[in-house]
Amino acid sequence: MTGAEIFVECLKREGVKEFFGYPGGAVIPLFDELYKHWEEFRFILVRHEQAAAHAADGYARATGKVGVCIATSGPGATNLTTGIATAYMDSVPIVAFTGQVRTAMIGSDAFQEADVTGITRPITKHNYLVKDVEDLARIIKEAFYIARTGRPGPVLVDVPVDIGLAETEFDYPEKVELRGYKPNYKGHPLQIKKVAKAIEESERPLLYVGGGVVISGAHEEVRQLAEKANIPVTTTLMALGTFPPDHPLYLGMPGMHGTRYANMAFIECDLIIAVGARFDDRVTGKIDAFAPHAKIAHIDIDPAAISKNVEVHIPVVGDAKLILRELLPLVKPRPRNSWNDQIDEWKRKWPLTYRNSDSVVKPQYVVEQIYEATKDRETIIATEVGQNQMWTAQYYKFHRPRTLLTSGGLGTMGYGFPASIGAQAGRPDALVIDIAGDGSIQMNIQELATVVQHGLPIKIAILNNGYLGMVRQWQELFWGRRYSAVDIAVQPDFVKLAEAYGIKGMRIEHPSEVRDAIEEALKEPGPVLMDFRIEREENVFPMVPAGKALHEMIGGLA
Amino acid sequence: MKHTIAALVENRFGVLARIAGLFSARGFNIDSLTVGETEDPTISRMTIVVEGDDRVLEQVMKQLNKLVDVIKVSDISSQKFVDRELVLIKVNAPRSRRSEIMEIAEVFRAKIVDISPNTLTIEATGNEDKIKAIIGMLKPFGIKELARTGRVAMLREFRGEV
Repeated sequence: MTGAEIFVECLKREGVKEFFGYPGGAVIPLFDELYKHWEEFRFILVRHEQAAAHAADGYARATGKVGVCIATSGPGATNLTTGIATAYMDSVPIVAFTGQVRTAMIGSDAFQEADVTGITRPITKHNYLVKDVEDLARIIKEAFYIARTGRPGPVLVDVPVDIGLAETEFDYPEKVELRGYKPNYKGHPLQIKKVAKAIEESERPLLYVGGGVVISGAHEEVRQLAEKANIPVTTTLMALGTFPPDHPLYLGMPGMHGTRYANMAFIECDLIIAVGARFDDRVTGKIDAFAPHAKIAHIDIDPAAISKNVEVHIPVVGDAKLILRELLPLVKPRPRNSWNDQIDEWKRKWPLTYRNSDSVVKPQYVVEQIYEATKDRETIIATEVGQNQMWTAQYYKFHRPRTLLTSGGLGTMGYGFPASIGAQAGRPDALVIDIAGDGSIQMNIQELATVVQHGLPIKIAILNNGYLGMVRQWQELFWGRRYSAVDIAVQPDFVKLAEAYGIKGMRIEHPSEVRDAIEEALKEPGPVLMDFRIEREENVFPMVPAGKALHEMIGGLA
Repeated sequence: MKHTIAALVENRFGVLARIAGLFSARGFNIDSLTVGETEDPTISRMTIVVEGDDRVLEQVMKQLNKLVDVIKVSDISSQKFVDRELVLIKVNAPRSRRSEIMEIAEVFRAKIVDISPNTLTIEATGNEDKIKAIIGMLKPFGIKELARTGRVAMLREFRGEV
């Protein structure tokens, strides 16, 4: 077989059906081979390589499978990097294939050459430059294996043109043998016992749930643990959807734009059981003032995540689901106590709230109405980054894991729309909505052509305030209202723009039109772009100012 | 405090770059790093000396362990080990002072490996203290050039219990 034939055969063996990419000189051999198998795949041709990486990422988050993207050498590969870094920060399994110049030309500054394994080394879980066609099948097998196992992440395979053309015997290894890579799934029984004991001894426990619970599929176990011992639960941005939003034990999201009660729970608790969360600075606030009274138990598959930002007293390394299953029978039922009462009081006292208006569209209202209109359907929400992301996290109620796609770690503007493309390709049955800002949407707006070409009925809701809103909010609150370089009111007519791409565009300027507009958009079989003209200077509250402790929140009081 | 880390890694291109890149990306400072093939030609051994408190060290070890090409990592400075470094020192040696320098070299069991009318080049091996000492002794003569290999280290097999 040629290298190109091996490439296609390996994709089939890995069960890849949908994937995303953009051709170029160095990958013509691979695309030529694909052409012969066109009907066996659903290849989505994007309009910018960054979108291919985000789409593979959105596909992976929405389906739980490995997302695949492909780009050419040099600029094709460098355009992928933002998407790869996004996936890396949020532990998303993707395999990225890049073309490379001929093996003999490597290092000669050839046309469209870049040191792609060098560039992507710090943003991939692992990467490969294929130097011999003999290694290609093994490398692809390993790439998928490494991407999806342990703490998942992106793996890049750089394939020089001549490797695609070279011939060898095809031999797809049955098993992967990597002496330097052996993820540990089973938690240490003694450590698990210690967690059970800590829960028993605790007066004020708190479950702090992160994206690892989504990856591991441990949401059922989390709920059982919470209910068995009456432990309040806070879920990070990455874990929204893992715990029933209306559950009496639920505290919502913690951190910079989390609920006051989740943050107060961190400050007052005497035990944190962290599951698949990594004590990110957006969650902890000022680290020295974080959880001053708490013992910390940390369940995580990545040993390096433990005691990285905070000192952990009971580390348990392994898979969240397996560990919680071992833990559950050891945990004694704990009756409700004054801690639960205290939390209920905080929840009554500080509900998440905003002031609605009769005259101007409030973004929170739009998100609430999107939720109301979609709550009875299988819905996947993607967001961009900034205010749109935080309002969505605060006001959309996520009932199931893998229904929110958002760039948490890297905070990539322009992520949501292409991620929706991936999600819709992987979940054709689901309703996919990208909640965007007018800044973010313009970072990958060229993908409107992709959704049209591939018949992807994605709905886009732009919360349009003519500002780079989150930066403007910081400037307003902490930089003396000096609105430096954030006014983007000069923008295209989004309705006309949608129409120019051949899709339905809508402008919504009054609160009374919001719900009807959403319903109308949802009835439309194809993609729709909704341009919600919202209050220009609306802020995301409450907020922990940068460098402050979690109990020093401002704003958002009823 | 200084720690000596021994790492067994796949003997493949790009592995050194991965490790060096990890250190710079995570803001860890490398004091010295040596690398060479082991008795198994598919495996290289790296000896990395890092400066930092226990928390830094713990992160370094964990991050190294995460690399797919890293097979085994151990902090050998917490155990009994032997370490050696090799140094080449080119020192000013006019005829009048040559014997004095050669005497010093002899004390350190160092070798003269090159000679010219005005210089001597000395090869010395030893642990850090010894290398420091010989450099200190030769400094007054005027060191023209200095090349150090960085530390290589290995655990002691006999731990002293009889």
